[in-house]
Amino acid sequence: MNHQSVAYWRSALALWRRLALAQLRQQPLRLWLSLLTVAIGVALCTTVWLISSSALLEFSRAGSRLAGDAELSIRGSAAGFAETLYAELARDPAVQIASPMLELDVALADRPGSLHVLGLDLLRAAPLLPSLLPSLLMAPTGQSPLEMLTGDGIRLSAAAARRLQLQAGDELPVLVGEQRVLLAVLGVLPEDAEAASLGIMDIASAQWRLQRLGVLNRIDLRLNADVDAQRFGAQLQSRLPAGVVAVTPETANTRVASATRAYRVNLNLLALVSLLTGSLLLLAAQSLSLLQRRSSLALLRALGMTRRELQWALAGEGAVLGLLGSLIGVLLGQLASAALLAWIDAEFAAAGSIGAQLAQRMLSPHPLIWAGFVLLGTASATLGAWLPAREAARRAPALALKAGDAAVGTEGRHFPVLGAMLLIVGAALAWLPAVAGLPLFGYLSIALLLFGGLLLSPAICGWLLAHAPRSGVAVFDIGLAQLRGSRRQIALNLAAVIVSFSLMIAMAIMVYSFRGSFELWLQQSLPADLQLRTNGNDPRGNDPRGNDTRTLSVNEQRQLAQLPGVARADFIRNTRLLLRAEREPVTLSARDATPERSATALPVLHSVAPPAGAQPVWISEAMQTIYGTQAGDIIELPVGGRTRWFVAGVFRDYGLGGGAIVMPREAYIAASGDHGADQAGLWLTSGADVDAVIAAARTLTWSRGMELLATPELRAGLLRGFDRVFAITYLMEAAAVLIGLAGVALAGAAATAARRGEFGMLRHLGLLRRQILAMLAGEGLLMGAVGMLYGLLLGCGLSLVLVYVVNRQSFNWSIDLAMPWWQLGALCAALLVAATVANLLSARAALGVGALRAVREDW
Amino acid sequence: MRSWLLCALSCAAMLWASTEPRAAETVYPQVTPGLALQFPRDHGSHPDFRLEWWYLTGWLQTADGQPLGFQVTFFRLRPTLASGNPSAFAPTQLLIAHAAISDPARGRLWSDQRIARAALNLAGAAEGDTNVWLDRWRLTREPSQYHARIEASDFALALTLETTQPMLLNGERGYSRKGPQPQSASYYYSLPQLRVAGSVTRDGRATTVSGLAWLDHEWSSEYLEPRAAGWDWVGLNLDDGSALMAFRIRDRDGRNFWAGGTWRDAAGRTEVLRPEAVQFMPGRRWRSLRTGIEYPVEWTLQAGSQRFELQPLLDDQESDSRATTGAVYWEGAVIANRDGRRLGRGYLELTGYGSPLRLP
Repeated sequence: MNHQSVAYWRSALALWRRLALAQLRQQPLRLWLSLLTVAIGVALCTTVWLISSSALLEFSRAGSRLAGDAELSIRGSAAGFAETLYAELARDPAVQIASPMLELDVALADRPGSLHVLGLDLLRAAPLLPSLLPSLLMAPTGQSPLEMLTGDGIRLSAAAARRLQLQAGDELPVLVGEQRVLLAVLGVLPEDAEAASLGIMDIASAQWRLQRLGVLNRIDLRLNADVDAQRFGAQLQSRLPAGVVAVTPETANTRVASATRAYRVNLNLLALVSLLTGSLLLLAAQSLSLLQRRSSLALLRALGMTRRELQWALAGEGAVLGLLGSLIGVLLGQLASAALLAWIDAEFAAAGSIGAQLAQRMLSPHPLIWAGFVLLGTASATLGAWLPAREAARRAPALALKAGDAAVGTEGRHFPVLGAMLLIVGAALAWLPAVAGLPLFGYLSIALLLFGGLLLSPAICGWLLAHAPRSGVAVFDIGLAQLRGSRRQIALNLAAVIVSFSLMIAMAIMVYSFRGSFELWLQQSLPADLQLRTNGNDPRGNDPRGNDTRTLSVNEQRQLAQLPGVARADFIRNTRLLLRAEREPVTLSARDATPERSATALPVLHSVAPPAGAQPVWISEAMQTIYGTQAGDIIELPVGGRTRWFVAGVFRDYGLGGGAIVMPREAYIAASGDHGADQAGLWLTSGADVDAVIAAARTLTWSRGMELLATPELRAGLLRGFDRVFAITYLMEAAAVLIGLAGVALAGAAATAARRGEFGMLRHLGLLRRQILAMLAGEGLLMGAVGMLYGLLLGCGLSLVLVYVVNRQSFNWSIDLAMPWWQLGALCAALLVAATVANLLSARAALGVGALRAVREDW
Repeated sequence: MRSWLLCALSCAAMLWASTEPRAAETVYPQVTPGLALQFPRDHGSHPDFRLEWWYLTGWLQTADGQPLGFQVTFFRLRPTLASGNPSAFAPTQLLIAHAAISDPARGRLWSDQRIARAALNLAGAAEGDTNVWLDRWRLTREPSQYHARIEASDFALALTLETTQPMLLNGERGYSRKGPQPQSASYYYSLPQLRVAGSVTRDGRATTVSGLAWLDHEWSSEYLEPRAAGWDWVGLNLDDGSALMAFRIRDRDGRNFWAGGTWRDAAGRTEVLRPEAVQFMPGRRWRSLRTGIEYPVEWTLQAGSQRFELQPLLDDQESDSRATTGAVYWEGAVIANRDGRRLGRGYLELTGYGSPLRLP
C-alpha cells in the first residue's frame, strides 16, 4: 500500500471517528440499547444452551459410567430373568467376558423415594468398568479387591451418601416386599467416581437381601475381537426370554438422550428465537440510525469514499456493536445459568438432585460454547447492519446531502409475493411427519411462517393503516397520515415486536391448551378420593413406578380396603416392559378399574369393542406413535412369557413419554402370578372425612413412608410442577417482547428526532406542545395496534402449528386447542400501553429542543 | 508353595472376616502330622481348607528347538465368610488362575490371570480327583496324565503331562512345616519329571512343544507366621531322573526364618531336608525397569549334600499380579549347573523383594 492511500485511509478513518462518535455522543441511549438487545439475545441463548446441554451431559455420563466398556448389554425389566441365562452366555464361544448384574430402584424405608442400586460381581465387572473400578478398589479404607466382594452391605456414591445423610458404618433401611431390610453401609465412593446418586452391592448380597434369588436383570458382555456386536446381538435376541433385549451401548445412550431431546430442542429453539428478535431489532435500529446520519454519510461519499468502502465500514460498525453485545451476553448467560441451576437445586434438594454440582460446573469456563455464541451474536448483528448499510451506500450523495431526504429513504423494495409464498409453503410443511422423533418440519414451518409474515408486514401494515378509521381529531389524523407515509419503516420498526409478540401469543395459546388438557387428564386419571403410592416423591416426577422392591401384599391390600370410611379400593400394579432395545421401557399398568368396568376410568380417545374371548388392553398415544400399534390390533407382551392381547382403545397420557399400557389386573395376575400392587385409589363412603381416613391408614404400621394424599392435593402438586416447567418459557418470551418494545421506543425516539422540523412547523401553525405529544402518543398507539393485530393473527397461526404439530410430534401426545381469551386480551392491552408510553417518552425527550431551533435546522 | 500369594490371600481372607461382623466365623480344619494322604481322593479339592493350589511349572522346547518356560497355577480360596447367603453367587469359594510363558525371543513373559467366584459352575474345583477350572482355563487329571488348557488374552497352552515317576510326598509323608509353630504347615506333594507334549500359541501362531514339568499340589488353613516376609522356592528336574524341591522363608530383615526340602536321587531314595540343611546364597542381581524391584536372579543352592548354581533362562521373568492378588514377584525357568556343567532344569520363585508385599 503506497503512502498516498495510507494517508487517505488515515484521514477517512479520522473523519469517520468524528462523525460516528459525534452521533453516539448525541444519542448514547441508542448505543446502549443496541448493545443490550444483542446482549440479551445472546444471554438467553447461552443460558438455555448451557442448562440443557449440562443436563444431557449428566445423563450420558451417568449412563456411560455404568455401561462401562461393554459391547453388548442384555437388559430385562425389574422382574428380571433366570440367572442360568448368564451361565449360558458366559459359556458362549463368542463371549469373552460376561458380567451379571441386578439393577433395581430400591424403596427406602422411613424416608420418601428410592435408591438406584446396582448389584454386580466385581470380579466379572472389573474389566468392563475401568472408570468406576479404581474408586471402588481404592476406597478410603484401603480395602482389597477381594474384600469388595464382602457379603452383605452397600457402597454409596458420594451423592447418595449426601442425600441419605449416611456414612460408612451406618445402616440403610430399605423396603422389600412387605419386609424392612437393613443394609450395612460398607463405604462411600469418592466424589469423582460416580456423579449419580446410587448404591453398589455385591451380586450375591443383592440377590439375597433384595429377595431376587436366582434372578438377574442385566448382563454386560465383552465379545471376542472377531465378533460383530450388532450382528451377535440380533442373533442373540431370538434366544432371549420375553421382555429381555440385547442393546449396544450406542443404543442405550441414544435412549437416554432421546428421552429428553424433545424438551431440549424446544428450549434451544426458543433461545434462538430471542437471538433472532435481537438481530431484527438491530436491523431496525441500524437502518433508522443510518437514515438519520444520511447527510454525514453523504459527506463521506462526496469526500471520495466509494460505495463499497462505506458499506463495509457500516457493516463493521454493526460487527463491533455485535461483538461487544455478545461478550456481555455470554457473561450474563453464564451467570444466569449458574443462578438458575442453583435455584433448581434448592428447589429439588430434598429429592437428591445434582444441581449443586451442575451449578458448580456451570461456573467453570466453556470456551467453545462461549466462542460459538459470540460468533453467532456478532454474525447476526453484522447481518442486521449489512442490509441497511447496503441501502444507505446506494443512495446518491448529492440527493442525500439535501435536507428533507429522510422520507425518501424509507421507500425501498419489498417482497409481498415472496412473503405470501413463504406463508403457503410454511403452512404446507406443517403436514409433514416427524423426523427421527423431532418435529423438524414443524419448526421449519414456524420459521417460514414468521419470515413470510415479516416480508408481508409492510403490505399488511399499509393495508391496516389505510383502513384505520379517521377519528376526526386533527392531531390523530395528522399522525395517521404520517404513519401511512412511512409504512415500510414502521414495518421494520415493528418487525421485532411482531416476531416476539406473535410467538408469545402462540406460546400462550399452546400452554393454555396444554394446561387445560393436562388438568382434565389429571381428573380423569386420578378419579378416586385418596391416592396411595408405595413410594412417592420420586425425583423422576410423575413416573408412577416409584420403585422395584416395595409392593403391597394381598393382606395389606385387604387391610386398606377394609379401613373405616373406605367404600372401594382400586389397586394398580405398575411394571416396566422392554419391548424394543432402542426404546425406553413401556409402563404396564395393571388396574382394577378399567374402561370395561367404568367409563371414567381412563381418558380414552377412541375404542374398539374386543371380540369374544379376547383379553383387552388399552394403549397410550405415545405407545401408538412409537410402536405403530392401533386400536383393534393384537399385540404380544412379555407378561408371563409371551402372551397375546387385544388393543381395545387408545387413551391420552401425559405422564409417560415412553408409552403406557393398561390392562385389567386380574388378567395380569392370571398371566404373571404377581399379586402385588404399588398404587391404590381409595373411594370414600359418602360423608367420610378424608383426613380421618388418612389418619386411620397411618395406623397401619406398614404404611410408614408411603405417599398418602387427598386427590385434590395431589393434582394441585402436579399442576404446580407443570407451571414450573413452563415458567422458563414464559420468562424467555417476556424477555423477547421486552426487547421488541425497547426497539419500538428506540424507533419512536429516532423518528421523533428526525421529524423535529415537522414539529417546529406544527408549533408555528399554532399547535401546543401538549397536542404534539398527544399526536405522538396516538401514533404510538396506532403502531402498537397494527403490530398487535398482525402479531395476533400470525400468533394464532403459529399456535396451531405448536399445538397440532410440534407438541404432538415432540411428545407423542395430543392436546385440545383452547383460547385463553383473558390472557390474550391482557397481553394485547399491555402491548398497546407499552407502545404508547414508549413513543411518548421518547418523544418527550426528543421535543426538548426549542421549536424555533427546529425550524431553523430545517431551512 | 507360594508365600506371596499365601500371604496376600490369607490376609485378604482375614480382612474379609473383619469387615463382616455379622457373619459367623468359619472354622477351618487344621493341618496335622501323621495323616496318611489317600489317592486319588487327595488329588482333588479340599474345599474346607482355607487355601489350596495346583502349580505346574516346566521347560518346553518348540518344534524349531527354541526353549520356553511355562507356568500354570490354579488357586482355590475359601473366604472367612459364613453368612448363610443362599445365592448361587455367594462367594463361598474363589478361584484364581495365573499362566505365563518365559520366552527368550520376547525378552519378557507372556502372562495372564483370572479370578472368579465358584458360581453356576463357571469356575470350580472338584473333589475326588484333580479337576479345577475357571471359565475356559482348566486342569484335569486322568490315571497317569494331566491335561492343562489355557486360553489367555494373547497366548494359549494345550498340554498333556505324563507321569513318569511316583509322587514325592514332601515333609513328613506330606505334612510340610512352614515355621516353628506346628500348626503353620500344609499338606504338600509334588510330581516331578512330568513328560509334556502339546502346543503353545503366541499371538495366534501355534507351535507343537515337548518338555519336562513339575506339579505341586498343596493345601492348608494356616500357613505363614506373621514374621515371614518373603519366600524363595525351587523345583529341579535333573537330567539323570533325580529331583529336588527346596524352599526358604525370610523374615522381615531378610534372614532365614524357616527352610526345608526334599531330595530324591536317580535310584528313588528320598531324603527330607531339615531347615539347617538348606541354604540359598544370592549371586547376580537384576533390577526391573517396570517396578524398580531388584531380584537376585542367580543363586548358589546347598541342599543336603547337593550343591547347584542356578542361572535364569532370561532375566526378566517378573510377574505383576496386582489385579488379582496384589503381588509382584519373580518366577522363572532356571538352569541348574554344578561347576559349569548342566545337571538339570527347573523353576525358581522369588517373592517379597519389593516393598513389603502390598496387600490389595
